[in-house]
Amino acid sequence: MSNRARMSPVRTGFVHLALAAYTLIALFPVFLTVINSFKDRNAIFRSPLQVPLPSTFSLIGYKTVLGQADFLNYFQNSFVVTIASIVLVLLFGAMAAFALSEYRFRGNALMGLYMAIGIMIPIRLGTVAILQGMVETGLVNTLTALILVYTAQGIPLAIFILSEFMRGVSDDLKNAGRIDGLSEYAIFFRLVLPLVRPAMATVAVFTMIPIWNDLWFPLILAPSEATKTVTLGSQIFIGQFVTNWNAVLAALSLAILPILVLYVIFARQLIRGITAGAVK
Amino acid sequence: MGSLQLKSIRKAFGDHEVLKGIDLEVKDGEFVIFVGPSGCGKSTLLRVIAGLEDATSGSVRIDGAEVINTPPAKRGIAMVFQSYALYPHLTVKDNMALGLKQAGTEKSEIEARVAKASGMLSLDPYLARRPAELSGGQRQRVAIGRAIVREPKLFLFDEPLSNLDAALRVQTRLEIAGLHRRLKATMIYVTHDQVEAMTLADKIVVLNAGAVEQIGSPMDLYNKPANLFVGGFIGSPQMNFITAERLPDFARTGVKTIGIRPEHIALSRDTGEWKGKVIHAEHLGADTILYLETEVTGLLTVRLFGEHRYVADDIVFATPDRAFIHRFDANDQAMQ
Repeated sequence: MSNRARMSPVRTGFVHLALAAYTLIALFPVFLTVINSFKDRNAIFRSPLQVPLPSTFSLIGYKTVLGQADFLNYFQNSFVVTIASIVLVLLFGAMAAFALSEYRFRGNALMGLYMAIGIMIPIRLGTVAILQGMVETGLVNTLTALILVYTAQGIPLAIFILSEFMRGVSDDLKNAGRIDGLSEYAIFFRLVLPLVRPAMATVAVFTMIPIWNDLWFPLILAPSEATKTVTLGSQIFIGQFVTNWNAVLAALSLAILPILVLYVIFARQLIRGITAGAVK
Repeated sequence: MGSLQLKSIRKAFGDHEVLKGIDLEVKDGEFVIFVGPSGCGKSTLLRVIAGLEDATSGSVRIDGAEVINTPPAKRGIAMVFQSYALYPHLTVKDNMALGLKQAGTEKSEIEARVAKASGMLSLDPYLARRPAELSGGQRQRVAIGRAIVREPKLFLFDEPLSNLDAALRVQTRLEIAGLHRRLKATMIYVTHDQVEAMTLADKIVVLNAGAVEQIGSPMDLYNKPANLFVGGFIGSPQMNFITAERLPDFARTGVKTIGIRPEHIALSRDTGEWKGKVIHAEHLGADTILYLETEVTGLLTVRLFGEHRYVADDIVFATPDRAFIHRFDANDQAMQ
């Protein structure tokens, strides 16, 4: 909200300029991907910055992608993996965060630190060990393998963010629940979770995007035709010598849509949570 | 039904002892107030009674039954919190009904009890609203309603009025007093405000640094404070304390400090025991409060009833009413 008494027009102008510049930089590659996905091959190379004209407009990329019967399957795989991972991350992350923030027990702070270390150490360092483990347990080329890895990857940040928020939930409220006879589970699910919903939405967004975009683990753990995700599936159009750019760009443009829908859903949760009104 | 016995309740957080052996007997239907400065352990004591905090040692009996290992919901208590602690996502009605639903009470019974409580607290127009749509006073009434529907043996109030503004505080105070008369329930109430304590309580428990300083009726505490702390804590403006060194006839009898309440000092422009100068005068209409600097006693507060025309720098003489002088020994205990 701009306030004329506190913000001079010049300063406001600079702020907007910076924001606009950032937006432009962030959106430009997306814009480029989308416009080029609607052009024919020649136009992509001849004038990559031009929007599709009637003469250059072509849906050949989308036809190629959707013509590949497997592509719907790839989308489904991405969806299953992302949604299942988010659900597990939120559930277990929130539970651990509740325990860490609510109960005083020996080693509480140490445990919290141990959990937070996961944020600093990239899970990819353990790829070889993870692959060995998956081979041993026969989980290679299953979506379960991906879900397990992504859950492990997302939980540290979830615990870190959620435990901070849960410390902010009024003790009186939880105690009122205890006096009313709510079990600790009921307090967690019925009092605390609704109150930290904005934080849950934040965690969901932070967790979702790297999972959806990941190429590394699908390539290593689940490269089979049946378990390919969209990002991995798009790679079939990238060859060593020839790359079907129409198809790659179309696949990437399509891959933006589901994640956009999920984002809108979570963002609405975020706003609803903020306006719900807390204890006082 | 609704008596409470505490026996040598101790509570320590690590090495820090918050409650140092509290004994207390509360009879059925009594309105007992825990009062003391912040950090004296009064809220912790209330939480121990509620079962929200485990005592390190000691015994809590409600209606004669030991409850130290009973969860809060099964102790037959209800609690009203300073922050109201209403469930933000439930309507007023559901807020009040949750505890009963959880206990498996029949629907018709729940309806009847909620209706009765909301009638008592004039909450009927708000039953379908959520806490966020209510004012502070209304929220506190909902919190009280939530306690009433449980029909508890003990009502516990944790500084319920401190978040309300002054006018609302007086009004809610009257409502709580009325409620106590109507329900004839046992109530335990924590506050740091001695005015609340004096106006509501049948019995006041003055706590300081985790120990009971004195237990008694409001007038007992006012007229016969057991020690220096209670004398200073009860009464507003505060009791004047004068070291006996300045008053030889008291020092001879072994008195260390004397206390005299501001309202028990007479003032005159011509003659009197202690000559002094007015530093500041507060004209409140019903009262005039004067701060004097006297030669014998140092700073002295005097409370006169009605309007008086003293102003700063006036020379006056103060005379304490001998019958109301409190004597304290070297251990700060009252001397008879």
